[in-house]
Amino acid sequence: MPKRAYLILEDGRTFHGDACGWAGIRTGEVVFNTSMTGYQEILTDPSYAEQIVTMTVPHVGNYGVTEDDDESRKPHVHGFVVREMSRVVSNHRADGDLDSWLARHKVPCISGVDTRAITRHIRTVGAMKGIVVTNGTSEKEARERLDAYEGLTGIDLAGRVSCRRNYTVTTDGPPAFHVVVLDFGVKRNITRLLAQRGPARVTVVPGSSSAQEILALNPDGVMLSNGPGDPEPVAEYAAGTVRHLLGKVPVMGICMGMQVLGIALGGKTFKLKFGHRGGNQPVKNLKTGIVEITAQNHGFAVDIDSITRGDIEVTHVNLNDNTLEGFTCKDVPAFAVQYHPEASPGPHDAAYLFDDFYKLIREVRRA
Amino acid sequence: MPRRTDIESILIIGSGPIVIGQACEFDYSGTQACKALKEDGFKVILVNSNPATVMTDPELADKTYIEPITVESVEKVIKRERPDALLPTMGGQTALNVTMELAEAGILEKYKVKLIGADVDAIKMAEDRSLFAEAMKRVDLEMAEGDFAYSMEDALRIVETTGFPAIIRPSYTLGGTGGGTAYNREEFKTIVEGGLRASPTTEVLIEESILGWKEFELEVMRDLHDNVVIICSIENFDPMGIHTGDSITVAPAQTLSDVEYQIMRDASLKIIREIGVDSGGSNIQYAVNPRDGRLIVIEMNPRVSRSSALASKATGFPIAHMAAKLAVGYRLDEIANTITKKTPAAFEPTIDYVVTKIPRWAFEKFPGAETTLGTQMKSVGEVMAIGRTFRESLQKGLSSLEQGRAGLGADGRDEIDVDGAAGPESRAEMIRAIRRRLRRPQSDNVFFLRHALRLGMTIPELHEYTGIDPWFLDQVAQLAERESQVRSAGTLKRVDDELLFRAKRDGFTDIQIAHLLGTTEEKVWLRRKDAGIHPVYKAVDTCAAEFEAETPYYYSTYEGTESEVPGPVEGKRTVMILGSGPNRIGQGVEFDYCCVHGALAMREIGCHTVMVNLNPETVSTDYDIVDRLYFEPLTFESVMEIVRIEQPWGVVVQFGGQTPLKLARKLEAAGVHILGTPPSAIHKAEDRDEFLDLAREIGARTPPGGTARKLDEAAAIANGLGYPVLVRPSYVLGGRGMAIVYSESTLREYIRDAIEMDAEHPVLIDKFLENAKEVDVDCVADETGAVTIGGIMEHIEQAGVHSGDSSCVLPPVDLPEDVIEEMRRTVKDFARALGVVGLMNTQFAIYEGKPYTIEVNPRASRTIPFVSKAIGHALAKIAARCMAGETLAEQGFTKEIRPTMVSVKKVVLPFRKMGGADPLLGPEMKSTGEVMGMAEGFGQAFAKATMGAGEKVPEGGTVFLSVNNDDKPAAVDLARRLARLKFHLIATAGTAKALEDAEIACQPIYKVNEGRPNLVDFVKNDEIDLIINTPLGRDSRFDERSIRMAALQYTIPCITTLAAAQAMVTGIEALSEQDFRVRSVQEWHEAAAP
Repeated sequence: MPKRAYLILEDGRTFHGDACGWAGIRTGEVVFNTSMTGYQEILTDPSYAEQIVTMTVPHVGNYGVTEDDDESRKPHVHGFVVREMSRVVSNHRADGDLDSWLARHKVPCISGVDTRAITRHIRTVGAMKGIVVTNGTSEKEARERLDAYEGLTGIDLAGRVSCRRNYTVTTDGPPAFHVVVLDFGVKRNITRLLAQRGPARVTVVPGSSSAQEILALNPDGVMLSNGPGDPEPVAEYAAGTVRHLLGKVPVMGICMGMQVLGIALGGKTFKLKFGHRGGNQPVKNLKTGIVEITAQNHGFAVDIDSITRGDIEVTHVNLNDNTLEGFTCKDVPAFAVQYHPEASPGPHDAAYLFDDFYKLIREVRRA
Repeated sequence: MPRRTDIESILIIGSGPIVIGQACEFDYSGTQACKALKEDGFKVILVNSNPATVMTDPELADKTYIEPITVESVEKVIKRERPDALLPTMGGQTALNVTMELAEAGILEKYKVKLIGADVDAIKMAEDRSLFAEAMKRVDLEMAEGDFAYSMEDALRIVETTGFPAIIRPSYTLGGTGGGTAYNREEFKTIVEGGLRASPTTEVLIEESILGWKEFELEVMRDLHDNVVIICSIENFDPMGIHTGDSITVAPAQTLSDVEYQIMRDASLKIIREIGVDSGGSNIQYAVNPRDGRLIVIEMNPRVSRSSALASKATGFPIAHMAAKLAVGYRLDEIANTITKKTPAAFEPTIDYVVTKIPRWAFEKFPGAETTLGTQMKSVGEVMAIGRTFRESLQKGLSSLEQGRAGLGADGRDEIDVDGAAGPESRAEMIRAIRRRLRRPQSDNVFFLRHALRLGMTIPELHEYTGIDPWFLDQVAQLAERESQVRSAGTLKRVDDELLFRAKRDGFTDIQIAHLLGTTEEKVWLRRKDAGIHPVYKAVDTCAAEFEAETPYYYSTYEGTESEVPGPVEGKRTVMILGSGPNRIGQGVEFDYCCVHGALAMREIGCHTVMVNLNPETVSTDYDIVDRLYFEPLTFESVMEIVRIEQPWGVVVQFGGQTPLKLARKLEAAGVHILGTPPSAIHKAEDRDEFLDLAREIGARTPPGGTARKLDEAAAIANGLGYPVLVRPSYVLGGRGMAIVYSESTLREYIRDAIEMDAEHPVLIDKFLENAKEVDVDCVADETGAVTIGGIMEHIEQAGVHSGDSSCVLPPVDLPEDVIEEMRRTVKDFARALGVVGLMNTQFAIYEGKPYTIEVNPRASRTIPFVSKAIGHALAKIAARCMAGETLAEQGFTKEIRPTMVSVKKVVLPFRKMGGADPLLGPEMKSTGEVMGMAEGFGQAFAKATMGAGEKVPEGGTVFLSVNNDDKPAAVDLARRLARLKFHLIATAGTAKALEDAEIACQPIYKVNEGRPNLVDFVKNDEIDLIINTPLGRDSRFDERSIRMAALQYTIPCITTLAAAQAMVTGIEALSEQDFRVRSVQEWHEAAAP
């Protein structure tokens, strides 16, 4: 029989299962993701920093792992919860198996648990702190560590995952644009798509960079990236930067980027009960009336009514819960979406937003 | 964009009789479509020739035409009803084909009927392989190398480029009929010849082989506003080369990374847009090369399909309901998700379980048929099982196929005894045998994978032999390992709770565990009870628990303690209806119809209704039929666990055919209250000796006979009776293993080789009443002993043809009143004597002018829907109310209805799909489906039923006659009538002589072995319009067989009994006098009402 593991939730509910991945103990915020594919992209998405991710799809690891699917240098999750970890790898793209990959990257994983019960619990009670134990640590000790854990609210996680110094992403052929990405925990597919669709030279800068530093790079546009956790502490340093950029250079925001933009415009964010995490969220584009099936990963949302500065138009809403999914500024060249047009994992329905960004950049250039 | 206002009435075309490749999934879709459109206030007009469907219930549409689905017939309906629109996408290939014909004939234009859902161009582009190939090129998607051939010359030229093996697919055929894989030139020529013949456009596609590639399907939906969503991804366990309908399939796809899945999703969006299916669902099939990921589009179905029914049940997203709404203008975001009721339908379902569909074959019914699986679908039904892992769902599914298996082997019924292999030599021999087998896949392939792994074959090796993905093979390996763990524990006592739980979690049934530990199912159950190891029930909710589900649709799994069923309902009587499981020959949609009616009736009278079934094609597993749906196996273990949760007041076993019936006594013994007729009465009717005692008691005439448990005993009984005798195992449906035996030697041979006989499984032997006419009587009885006759059906084929395969007519047209009266009395006496509450079917043989009772079945019979539609009263509903305690008098159903019109039932047979089997009727049932024809007179009704069954009713031309000596006098009369109708007659020598003696002009021709040109040459040259060939006896079968096989191949109507030939001629006469008219059942019933 496999080694035992367990997951304790903040409210005491405990799930016992089998240990896999890394033998260790980690705290984090327990969330669930309903994507049926794309575990590796999820594990390496910096937006999941310090989270313990529960996959609702039962069989995980079936197609192994490949470096090509990494969304950043390494996994940022603090734990992984699955109903079943595959023993074999079956895919021509794979260069390894998920179990060993998790072990190598020090991600503890628990399998064989009732992931549906965890999901229902979080759906009912809300996302909460938890601890995964795969190394035999006693439940008592784990409880103590969990009690001592402060959680994610008010923590600047973006600061932890953002790059420390600038770097550049290019694509084949001469670039037509130069885009700066303000990195709160950017996914590789955002920089990749920006580079390809420009084509553009993309400079990724730390999230804490100042407006002067950014403008000194002479960008055609600035992308406010996705990123993990609570937007408020990030906005403490980034909102001012964004306010300075608005009107001077076209701005697009994705996820955390939209939240920072929202706060920069005087808005407030609030924490969703259990967030949107998956690849099947319906978002209506209010301009076209078309419904996009989108990839999402956020625990916070922008309260549209709280935005006081500037002339704002809501462009996208979530059809499940009517939360704000996108807005555009009518007075300055800037727009943002709460979901992930870069997908990875998830449907490509919203990839046109990158083209919209370049359209905006071209318009500004012409003017 | 809200509901369209430019249309008010919509014509829906059904799919007609159940055939291989087109089963009751279209009853499910059509029923949903009718309901969806009616609730929006549209007038719905329906055409479907199949009476055994829920959709043809008079309440479901405003006008229901049980009429042939032919251009001629549908035009008559259109002319009468003048619908504004036609929805062609609900009735499978049948509806699409007839719609295209209507369009091409200018009929839609003439009557200004708009096509909704998919227009002519889209259907053409999707269905016509060359147009489709061009469309794929336009959107940069690859298809397999190959081209279309319209002749053998074309084909031979194309195969030069594709090489061997080459795939041959005829255009516009059902379930791949006429297609196949050719490994050499000779085989290639044979298949191409058949394929060109099978295709109505004489077109076959020759393609490069992508055998062994992975196969996937995506279910796509689009609305008129161009919103597109994917409902479900399906991955085939079996690789390319085996028809999807014959493959084990799994949802969601298991071995695609997100990168690959999104490529497929993008392709699907492009395809549905390019083809221009403007609203509704489509199914797109792909092949993926496992070595490099190369993606190839196989085909698209621009309509709801078998896969969409599966996807609907697998995800909870009702594709047909949504497709109907989208067709009338709604957008996806305007329709609510019917499961969550709060979120919109514009989303993509995500599932947190694994769904496995397993086909059910019926090769045992078709000796001689080619059993290797290939590109032509051969299965007759399917089960779908839900589990939290693939292993759990696979085992659940395998335990539900109604083939005596309790999971993936280890159930005491293994094909080979791996553990019993004496030494390495016999193991090596077994491995060699398995290798040979796996190269030519058969229906029980999956069981052999387990044997192979247990014999030490490796996953890479098995992958090489079968093309099955290593991930799936590892799942099978894990089951084999778990099995070993359990087996090594030795005894039930020594298995620890942890292992027991893990085994249950892997889907091992109590029967399997009992077998592995040498104990009984009951002891395993008790052990589990002590350890508190019970399944929990989880909801199918479209969203992996992200939102709360309002719709109670459940499956079981072994998973901690969190169950989502709220527990027993208070203040209401809970009634559990046990469904009929997978469709197979002898047990089809008729029983699902009865279960649905039973459930609806129980709901109407205020009961809390619970359905248990796992056939995804059915209406009964639609979650709005009952209060709680359990998509679960119909095994004792599974049913008892649900009983534990629901604590029902009563369980209904008499509507679902043999599947629930065989559980009745065990359930009763376990303390479950069986509603209606008590199981003891069912047993009494089945047990030959008890039945005969009963018959004697009430003075009913029965054919002399007896019950044997030993071979000598059987011979003694048969010798005493005199031959021929009818031999059959007890407790069977559909005449499985039934035979008419003419001598002691064949009797011994038959019992030894063909059936199982022991003390537990006695064999019934009856005097066979030669040339008797058969009659079926359905009745319903209540608790007070009141009995009302539902319908009396006179069979057209004489005794010897299984009642399920015979045509029949209601009311009888050729029976004396005193005989009918005696049968009525007998039926009522039996019902009272047995204490029947609910339905009862009685079969009589009229022999020398006297009725003999052959069988009494105190349960729903397959004729219930036909009778209900003929008399305008839903017998199953009435029966359900009787079971709940209402009397017939309270329901106002005390008098036998004598309809003013004549209803004829005919069957369809699957011989075209069962290459190699002799297309001859006999005591073993072989038909897959049925149709109904209604008219004022018998001739017209029979002709309509014939057309409905897809056969031609020739208006003139050449008839070939070849009959046995007994039939010759009657054949002379028949020939005279045909001659009067100006048919040209040809006959073989004996028959020709009889005709010439009677001075009827006729051209004699050679028998097959007499010289040429012979009959087969005539057939192949399309010079014959009707064949009447009654068998001459056992020894000359070969010659006749070649006649029948040729007729089948060249689709010439071939009648093998004289009685049916007479009916056919009566039909031809009726049509020659007056063209047929169409009329809705509502009008028929109104006309019949007193």
